[in-house]
Order: sequence, then structure tokens, then C-alpha cells
Amino acid sequence: MDESHPPDRRQRLRDGLRAGLPFGIAGVLVATSFGVVAQGAGLSPAAAIVMSAIVFAGSAQFTAIAILTQGGSVGAAVLGAALVNSRFLPMGVAIGPSLPGGPLRRALQGQTIVDASWAIASRGDGTFDRYLLFGSTAVQYVGWVGGTVVGALAGNVLGDPEAIGLDAVYPAFFLALLIEELGDRRSRLVAALGALIALALVPVAPGGVPVLAASLAALVGLHSSARAAVVAETR
Amino acid sequence: MSSSVALIGACAVVTFVIKAIGPVALGGRELPLWFTSVVILLAPALFAALVATQALADGDRLAVGADTVGVAAGGLVAWRFRSVIGCVVVAAVVTAGLRAIS
Repeated sequence: MDESHPPDRRQRLRDGLRAGLPFGIAGVLVATSFGVVAQGAGLSPAAAIVMSAIVFAGSAQFTAIAILTQGGSVGAAVLGAALVNSRFLPMGVAIGPSLPGGPLRRALQGQTIVDASWAIASRGDGTFDRYLLFGSTAVQYVGWVGGTVVGALAGNVLGDPEAIGLDAVYPAFFLALLIEELGDRRSRLVAALGALIALALVPVAPGGVPVLAASLAALVGLHSSARAAVVAETR
Repeated sequence: MSSSVALIGACAVVTFVIKAIGPVALGGRELPLWFTSVVILLAPALFAALVATQALADGDRLAVGADTVGVAAGGLVAWRFRSVIGCVVVAAVVTAGLRAIS
């Protein structure tokens, strides 16, 4: 994967930028609502912008802010953010083999993992194109920080984020990602299973755990890989 | 202000570590077949869970509301027209519209 010529890499970076652009634009809306709600939790506009710039993890940022708004401690907010971010563990494990270089370089490349880019970079065979990942994340980063600036500075003008439906933007964003993944029957089965696992855990587990636990639904893949191995052996 | 610094700093460190673990542990390895089979199914599992927990729940209880309808309408746009931007805009507009009339 790394033997590619520089022109080819630049092309894939550009492809990544193009593929990430719609998600970057959608992310502006989500980030705008973050900029507004962050101030409700006592963050200054500057703090909200800095948080988006260095944390750059939408659902974790929303979770931390929600916990603070509900009167939770900073420790509880950080724990909530960590749990919501825990889905990046399986994503990072998945993409790890596709990232070259020493441990530090791989750790830094891993920082570019965000939901949409991870899906865009997937080649569908278990490997990932890291240049598509970098390109699509770059454009989403700009949208995320830019949207936060808008929300943080224009929050008073925009009013209540729920009244203008901004709380529906984030789940809709993930639904658009999900729909791209439902090409075959097995994916649809796993999606239904993942949703059921998560919903069953919502009333009993802390935030973030239901989504992490839903990754277990992907173990359905073990069944088909075992079958493929048997087929290969009998030939 | 100092609590903002603590919150942002801790969230940044935690996010960095979580995103680094997989790449550091597994960088440059060959993939066994079972690993690949599971990896390609992670996306539908995780994204479905994110949608379900955000659109069909409110904190720690299951709840259906205007946002649920808005997200469903957005999903229809994403499915028919393959448009992410159309999806999120329709979701917000439908949700806001329902709240305005209820």
C-alpha cells in the first residue's frame, strides 16, 4: 500500500477530500449546535472552539457537555466522553494493519480516524486506504472547527438548537453513513442486531457502552469466515 | 475557566489514546481471514447503534419524538438520493416543523 507513487497519493488525497466534503458540510450544522450548547454548560466561546480543535470528536464533545449541563463533575464528563469514543477502539483495531511506520507515526495517523472517513477509507475487503482517510478527515476537520466558531459566536442569534431541529442532525448524519453500508443481507442483519443490542442496553448501561457493545454484532462475520474456510478446504 | 481547561485537556488526551491503541498494537500486520470478516461488519453494527441510541432514546430511557420522525425523513432522502447534506437538512427542517406545530 505504501509503494504507490506520489502523484497517485495526491490523487487519493484529493479523492478523500471530495468524498469527505458532504460530511464536512453536514458537520458544520452539527458543530454549530455544539458551539451553542457548549455555552449552556459554562464554556466560553473560545473554550468551545479550542475543544473542537483539539478533541475533534463530536459525539464525545456533546456527551461531556450534556453531563456538565446536568450538574455532573468534570471527571464524569471525561468518563462519558471516553465511553462514547470507545467505538474508535474497534475502528482503530480494524484500520491498524493498514497504517505503516513506527508506533508513534501509527498513533498520529490513528488520530485521523473519524466515523465517516473510516467508512470512506474502507476498501470493503478488510483493508483501508489511508490517503482517503487523511483527505476526508481534513475537510471534515475544517467543517467541524468552522461550525463551532459559528455556533460559539452566533449562538444568541440562532436561539434554542432544539427549536430549529439541530438535535436531529447528528443521528441523521449517522443514518446516512449506515445506509451506505447496507448493500447485502448480512450487513442488514448485523445492523439490526447492533441496534437491538444498543437499545436493550440503553436503560441499564452508562452512555457509550450500548454503542461499544453493539460492535459484538460484527462477530456474525466469524460464522461466514468459518464457512468460507470449510469451502476452501473441501476444494 | 480552570475546569474548562481540565475538561478539554482530559478529553483530548483520552481521545488521543483511544484512537492510538489499535494502530499502535496492530500496525502493518497481515490480516487473518476471520479478522477481515468481522472488520467489514463493524460499520453497520456501530452506525446502526449510534442512530438507534440517538433517535430512539433520550439519555437512559427509550423515547420517540419529533427528532425520531425528522431522522426517519432524512433517512428517506439519504436512501433515495444518496445525499448526506439533503439527509441532515431534511431531518432538521422536519424536526423543527413538527416542534413548531405541536
